[in-house]
Order: sequence, then structure tokens, then C-alpha cells
Amino acid sequence: MSYSARVNVMLKSGIADPQGQTIERALPALGYTGVTGVRVGKIIELHVDAADETEARRRVDEMCERLLANPVIESYEVTIGDPG
Amino acid sequence: MNAKAAVVVFPGSNCEQDVERALRSLGCQTQRVWHAAETLPDTDLVVLPGGFAHGDYLRTGAIARFSPVMAAVQEHAATGGLVIGICNGFQILCEAGMLPGALRKNAGLKFLCRWTDLRVENNATPFTSRAEVGQVVRVPINHFEGNWYCDDDTLADLRDSGSILLRYVDNPNGALDDVAGITNKDRTVFGLMPHPERACEALLGSEDGRVIFESMIDHALQAGSPDPAGRVPEMLGT
Repeated sequence: MSYSARVNVMLKSGIADPQGQTIERALPALGYTGVTGVRVGKIIELHVDAADETEARRRVDEMCERLLANPVIESYEVTIGDPG
Repeated sequence: MNAKAAVVVFPGSNCEQDVERALRSLGCQTQRVWHAAETLPDTDLVVLPGGFAHGDYLRTGAIARFSPVMAAVQEHAATGGLVIGICNGFQILCEAGMLPGALRKNAGLKFLCRWTDLRVENNATPFTSRAEVGQVVRVPINHFEGNWYCDDDTLADLRDSGSILLRYVDNPNGALDDVAGITNKDRTVFGLMPHPERACEALLGSEDGRVIFESMIDHALQAGSPDPAGRVPEMLGT
């Protein structure tokens, strides 16, 4: 089966995110005050062949560790969707 | 006898000619090696030049690390050969796990193209032997992702082992501990964000970058120097 997967990659908490900080500083210019904690990440969508959801998750986790995220500075979260 | 250098060219590399010109001006023979090669030619030095290997897609250096030539580059370092990664080359070395840490976007979110002053922190390595500890060299930077980072334990390790070779005098990009260039424990791999190859001719504004290539060439020409880490480190402030 082919499972859809969504990988959310973020800079690890505690690592400064200059993009998020810049956006946070820009928002008040549009009148949006009281906004804090802006952080920018990226989303990677993919379809992965696997026998079941557990295997799909295992495969995507491995891809994250080896390529999709850099464990030195990034954390990731995998969401497995319904099989197609 | 001349030292020999292999300059690896990835799709998107753009500093290979500059590096070759600098090395040749110092009497080093150079040869370009396409990233798809699975072996390296007979060589003393390997250079991963600056640029945007594989378009810097996903992360800088993330795809380049899987180029076929990288296995041979790792083998070269593992057998005592010297590898230097400049700018994008440094990013590739970090992604490949040949050097610790990672390069983040510059703290100011600006692409930086300017001269920097770098302080030599350890000259007991094949990459800095021609320099003095505390010597300040003027070398340009040209990058968006030069903000080096690692965790606390790794940083302590690097400090204790004298592996931080160059620090910015005036940190331009937010790099942790002002790090501009680091080496590995074996002293076979050196990565730095500044471009020493662009500071090898007076006409370009500085010849200070030569000291790095001269050190490497010295090492290559020294017969019977299989152990780059064999010298006693001379550390600033110890």
C-alpha cells in the first residue's frame, strides 16, 4: 500500500530562528500586536510504499534521520495519512 | 616535486577555478574531479570548493553528501590525506558527518559578502602550520548560511582538542563561539566559511589566504608525515 506522509521540520527549540524573529517584528507594522513565538519550518509531503502504517512510519522516520532533517539543528514530526 | 590537489566539482560549484588558480600559483598541480566519479586521482589534497552544490536544495550540502565521489573523499581523509572544504564545501563536510555541527542561516538574515579578519587559534595542524597562533588574517566571506552551530558537549570537545582553527575577530554571521573554521580530531579535514583562495594575490586585496594552502602543501611535501595529528598542539590561552 502507499501511505501519504507529511513531515514537519522545525529548528530545534532553543535554536534561534532569525526568520521567525523577522516575521514577528514585521507583524506589528500591520497592526497585529501581541504576537509572539513565531517560528518558521518546512513541510515535506510524500507517498511511501509500506505493508502497514507502522512500517510506513518507520521508513519515513529513517528518511528524516538520514536526509529530510538535520538532527544537529532540526527536529521533525511525521504524520502518516490514510493509505491510497 | 609538486604537491597534487584534486578539486571536486559538484553541479552548482562555482569556486573551483579560483581554488585552482590559487593552488597553481603556489606550485601545486591541480585536477578537477566531477562529483559523479567513484574514485579520486592520485592526489595529496582534496578540495571541496564553494558554490551551491545541487542547488543547495533541502539544505546546503544535504544532497552533495550523497554524490558518488564523497565515499572516496572520506576514504582519502581516513587514510591520512588532507581534505579542505571552503564555504559550501564546509557545509557539505558537516552534512556528511566529516566535521561536527551545522551551518544555519546568518543571524542577520542577510547574504554577506565582505572582508573579515580571522584569528588563528592553533597552528599545530597541517592546515595552519605556516601561521602563528594569534595571527590575524584578512579573508573574504561570501555566504548566506555561515552561522555555525553545535551542541554544548561538541563545542567543549572542539575547544579541548584545539580543533577550532579560525575565529572571527568581529563575528559577522552569529556563528557559535565566533567559529570560522574547524578541523577534525585526526587533523585531516578542515572546513571554513571564508574563502582563502580569494585572498592569494595582492591585486585582490590580500595575500593572507595563502598561509592555509602553503601549510597544506608543506604537509603534502613532507616525506613520512602519515600522522597529521602527531604534533603537540600549541593553544592560545593555555
